[in-house]
Amino acid sequence: MSSSTKEIENLINQDYKQGFVTELEVETFPPGLDEEVIAKLSKIKNEPSFMLEYRLKAFRHWQTMKEPDWAQLNIEAIDYQSISYYSAPKKKGDGPQSLDEVDPELLETYKKLGIPLDEQERLAGVAVDAVFDSVSVATTFKGKLKDAGVIFCPISEALQEYPELVKKYLGTVVTETDNFFASLNAAVFTDGSFVYIPKGVRCPMELSTYFRINAANTGQFERTLIIADAGSHVSYLEGCTAPMRDENQLHAAVVELVIMDDAEIKYSTVQNWYPGDENGVGGIYNFVTKRAECRGHNAKVSWTQVETGSAITWKYPSCVLLGDNSTGEFYSVALTNNYQQADTGTKMIHIGKNTSSTIISKGISAGKAQNTYRGLVKVGKGAENARNFTQCDSLLVGDKCGAHTFPYIEVKQPSAQVEHEATTSKISEDQLFFCQQRGLSAEDAVSMIVNGFCKEVFKELPMEFAVEAQALLGISLEGSVG
Amino acid sequence: MLNIENLHVNVADKAILKGVNLQIKPGEVHAIMGPNGAGKSTLSHILSGKAGYTVTQGKVTYAGKDLLAMEPELRAREGMFLAFQYPVEIPGVSNIYLMKAALNANRKHQGLDEVDAMDFLTLVKDKIKLLQMDEKFLYRAVNEGFSGGEKKRNEILQAAILEPKLCVLDETDSGLDIDALKIVSKAINSLRTEQRSFLMITHYQRMLDYVKPDFVHVLADGRIVKSGGPELALELEEKGYQWVEGEAA
Repeated sequence: MSSSTKEIENLINQDYKQGFVTELEVETFPPGLDEEVIAKLSKIKNEPSFMLEYRLKAFRHWQTMKEPDWAQLNIEAIDYQSISYYSAPKKKGDGPQSLDEVDPELLETYKKLGIPLDEQERLAGVAVDAVFDSVSVATTFKGKLKDAGVIFCPISEALQEYPELVKKYLGTVVTETDNFFASLNAAVFTDGSFVYIPKGVRCPMELSTYFRINAANTGQFERTLIIADAGSHVSYLEGCTAPMRDENQLHAAVVELVIMDDAEIKYSTVQNWYPGDENGVGGIYNFVTKRAECRGHNAKVSWTQVETGSAITWKYPSCVLLGDNSTGEFYSVALTNNYQQADTGTKMIHIGKNTSSTIISKGISAGKAQNTYRGLVKVGKGAENARNFTQCDSLLVGDKCGAHTFPYIEVKQPSAQVEHEATTSKISEDQLFFCQQRGLSAEDAVSMIVNGFCKEVFKELPMEFAVEAQALLGISLEGSVG
Repeated sequence: MLNIENLHVNVADKAILKGVNLQIKPGEVHAIMGPNGAGKSTLSHILSGKAGYTVTQGKVTYAGKDLLAMEPELRAREGMFLAFQYPVEIPGVSNIYLMKAALNANRKHQGLDEVDAMDFLTLVKDKIKLLQMDEKFLYRAVNEGFSGGEKKRNEILQAAILEPKLCVLDETDSGLDIDALKIVSKAINSLRTEQRSFLMITHYQRMLDYVKPDFVHVLADGRIVKSGGPELALELEEKGYQWVEGEAA
């Protein structure tokens, strides 16, 4: 572990510190969703006509669909007509803004969140796209990236500047009819990040998007599309926070990754949406469809996620291993405390020959929370010599929480090799007492044991994120020791 | 240092300790011997603050403070160390990390600066020589896959690092072969100072051959029934516990 106990100690006694609200002038649609709202949304974003068609097609299909109910989640009915589908800070003029034109209030907000958008202050080596409610408010280092041939911009801007490129890839990994929440997203998504790494380019810096929900009664529907062309490499990070509110808010995102021959995408998430209070009031409903398609030979994708926030998390970042010799990885830490619920995992779909996948999942459940791992490993007929290794560990803190594991394995190719290991353990009174007898407080002891449990996943995170992730676990576990 | 007066302790309404009196002065080494079920482990647990015990009578003062009112971690930070009879395994947490976190928690309590990773490494590499342990044990998860003897050595290593004022050794000799017993005893002897006190809880006399106590007490049926010098341990070994139990009755 790189972070010391002191750091955790300092952080453990804090509440959800990202729970503040930014006051600024906004433009918000009245609640409700119909074709007119979608047309208005497309118009306000000045989208090419194919986008409106795409959205309407998705919307019409969505209306025929039902919410999935197979997850191990207890969800109160969501009234989709009571949500506003667009909310954005008012800005002067049209088109993308430079940093000096961004509302200082917004810059201040990101600074408070520890994400300074000023390029001078920013950690060198990380470019940031800041998405605030329905729009991207700033993207840093765009110029430097452009010099390397890398496109990194809000997807709304990409639709203006590179419509053909977006059209070529959008919805090809996660179609507009994929599932209930993906269809809803396709109909109403407002912003997100677009990344294109040209052939043979190693992206010179880490790319990151920071998602912030601020407005009340709105949903955030973001769309991220990343294309790594042949022989390219990119590491991308996302972070998310929201104010503390008594109402549940909906966040339904879609992330599509396309990886060509010999290319690699490393995608890391630290998800810290507002989880609700200790009585389970409020919090974000996080319904996310993330999928990567390894279309080329030797393509590689790696998902690393640290999920500590949200009242409900429904999320299965998946890898479709089409290209021969392609590789998919999934490293996950999902922590639930109080009344949080998480049903998360991955899908590894082996289609190409000699494809391999690794799944390391660490679920931690405390308080009265429920934590479920759900994973599918599917090996198609043609996937000769496919390999999978799955390790799925659950840790319980206290005796009122639950951990559940649902591994699904479908193999149609006899030469495939699939391994699954699973453990469930509980932080014992004896372990806590032992640590206390050495001078550590019970909460520090829990933090230490949980961080130790997650070590294999944390080491996959870029360094700044690893420290943040450890600190987050400390905060999220606050009050979990009686 | 430690003053136990008329201590009565119940576990689930059953009386285990029935009036223990014991005084330990700075620098003294006391051994408590006794048959199974005499209440030896209960005594070590009650001193270190483990949950599940009820004090029905009596008091314990440690360095002038009411020990029983203190949280376990506070007792530890005030210099009370328990070497566990059955050290627990903590998967995923490296041994060196735990020891550093513990030392820094103690130092913080004493108003001292925390030790950084480099200084700690120097310290721990020095101390580990005392126990003749391989440095690889530092990077393994706490006690995970350690043999019984390795666990016990690891306990004494932690004592050497934390430099407590009072060491309670709960059957540290059990599970040790003769070579390991010699090493552990040597390490304990090297920790003896004029200020540091020890309370050794043991079944057998053999450890006392290597770590010479100043006082030996026999605990039977929840009371100290006999106290004396080191020669008492030898007499016990010869005559068996029935001798003192009979004498007490």
